[in-house]
Amino acid sequence: MHTRSIHRSTPGARSGPSRRALGRGLGLASLASLAAAPLALLALPTAAGAQTGGSVSLVAYSTPKPAYTVLAQDFAKTKGGTGVTVSPSFGPSGTQATSVVDGLPADVVNFSLEPDLAKLVKAGLVSSSWDKGATKGMVTDSIVSFIVRPGNPKHITTWADLVKPGVGVITPNVFSSGSAKWNIMAAYGAEIHLGKTPAQAQTYLSQLLHNAVAQPSSASAALQTFLSGQGDVLLDYEDDALYAKSKGEAVDIITPPQTILIENPIAVTKTASSPAKAFVSYLLSPAGQKVWGQQGYRPVLPSVASQFHFPQPKTLFTIGSLGGWTTVNTKFFDPQTGIVAHVEQSLGVSTASG
Amino acid sequence: MTNLDTTVADLGLPPARDRRPAERGPGRRRSRRYSLVAPSSALAHAGRFGAKAAGPALAVTYLSLLVLLPVAALITNAFSGGWHAFWAAVTQPEAVAALELTLAASAIVAVINSVAGLAIAFVLVRDDFKGKAIVSAVIDLPFALPTIVAGLTLLALYGASSPFHVDLAGTRLGIGAALLFVTLPFCVRSVQPVLAELDAEVEDAASSLGATRRQVFRRVLLPSVLPAVLAGAGLAFARAVGEFGSVVLISGNLPFKTEVASSWIFSLSQSDALPAASAVSIVLVVISLLVLLGIGWARRRFDVPETV
Repeated sequence: MHTRSIHRSTPGARSGPSRRALGRGLGLASLASLAAAPLALLALPTAAGAQTGGSVSLVAYSTPKPAYTVLAQDFAKTKGGTGVTVSPSFGPSGTQATSVVDGLPADVVNFSLEPDLAKLVKAGLVSSSWDKGATKGMVTDSIVSFIVRPGNPKHITTWADLVKPGVGVITPNVFSSGSAKWNIMAAYGAEIHLGKTPAQAQTYLSQLLHNAVAQPSSASAALQTFLSGQGDVLLDYEDDALYAKSKGEAVDIITPPQTILIENPIAVTKTASSPAKAFVSYLLSPAGQKVWGQQGYRPVLPSVASQFHFPQPKTLFTIGSLGGWTTVNTKFFDPQTGIVAHVEQSLGVSTASG
Repeated sequence: MTNLDTTVADLGLPPARDRRPAERGPGRRRSRRYSLVAPSSALAHAGRFGAKAAGPALAVTYLSLLVLLPVAALITNAFSGGWHAFWAAVTQPEAVAALELTLAASAIVAVINSVAGLAIAFVLVRDDFKGKAIVSAVIDLPFALPTIVAGLTLLALYGASSPFHVDLAGTRLGIGAALLFVTLPFCVRSVQPVLAELDAEVEDAASSLGATRRQVFRRVLLPSVLPAVLAGAGLAFARAVGEFGSVVLISGNLPFKTEVASSWIFSLSQSDALPAASAVSIVLVVISLLVLLGIGWARRRFDVPETV
């Protein structure tokens, strides 16, 4: 009676060991489950990692999602892309990189900034020579722009305008958003290129974040917040701003006189299929670069870039001029010891009581 | 069972448990009718099927896979840098500010929604009105709505371009509004079935015997539903502590002002500071666990079997 009742109450227990464990009661059963669980978790990536022919797994940051819809269609019309399906996954750049390290299958990866790609190199998933190509591993360029209300009612044209009293700035949280890191380095670098000392530039960052009325968790959340009516100026990728405008949002785009050149890295993984390599070749080809340009990105091929008329800031500097991402990422964006963490803390201590 | 046995005769007299012997008699039989306990035949049924051995084993297995294992991994991760790194992560000013804000907001929201949830459940159970079924269904919407959609909706309603001119964007009130929204179903749904099981005639009888409305509420209704209200409050608190999607948009996510713990944890995880993220999570988990244990203890003090 007792045994039968166990079987009837556990229709799911098919395997021998777990049934025995149940029979012996609580202790063994919980032990068995603890032992079985890691095995079950290990099995997942293996099963999902299988490659199917003619398919490219693309893992990318959020912003180029609309561009990739067009690019994938266009790629399918090319010789190398016939019959190839691109299965994309989009999300915050840092999350996407971590997911790939943790086993998300990927043939092609495209991130917002280089440190995210470096995670994959470190994990041995991407060759360390990924940045040796003609475009140094970059697939698109962009700049940090100001998005303002129609007609620019607060007359925001320069970095100095952002720190005036009463100007509400929106920039995503630097610790959760790659886009925010570009914004902060654009602001810092602008001051440096205006002849300020690093200490003065750091004071500027403090003033800028003091004027922040929101620090949303991602670039898209920041755009949503701005479009909801909050703030006077949003710091954003130029391509994202152009996309919002093309969707009919009532915004004006201001190109600051000094700004940073955003460079977005792309790479194939070591296990990538040949269609994946063909896809990346297409993305870097004049045809692919033209589509990127039409989607609001600055093409990395000079010959294609010259066909578009993107506004040219007076001073356009690279992250390399500020020490490169490896240095900058630790120095500014370590959540516990970075410059931005210190700036937030000093601001927080002075405002938390209010 | 004792305080469910509250009978008309109990009103105005010392608490029921002091007079246990007096309950034997006609009053006891009558009290059965508004017992909170699930039909006892169901429990007996489960017992016949050997639940004594297989039930707990299955439950623990399932719990291990779904809850205990991830928590164990979380603890391992949190202490991967040693005790010093753990302590540095949880005492970092931005983390402390986020934790304080989250816990305070969650507690306030749990209290407010416990009162509101009881009132709404009472109306749904006791009053008949047109469209009651729809109202009842609407209460569960916060469960069904993806939280980020809830966040967008709240931002549209109570943001800078609010149609009601209520701008809560970037304020702590905004966080409260979002948390009230997502936790309401817990507070209503915990109490509603318990209220439905109660016999309204008993309250009527109490009134007819001269009990004031307040007395009826305090001596008849409240003792019976309090455990359920507490259970709802516990669920609401736990949910609010971990809430992310609905809060981050309207809060503005300003460090030291409106940054909630889940958002700070997300930031840490995005900055490759997983041990620190796990450490702050541990603090949330431990505090939530203590609160839930405290609520469980309070419920047992009311000497009522589990009802939810």
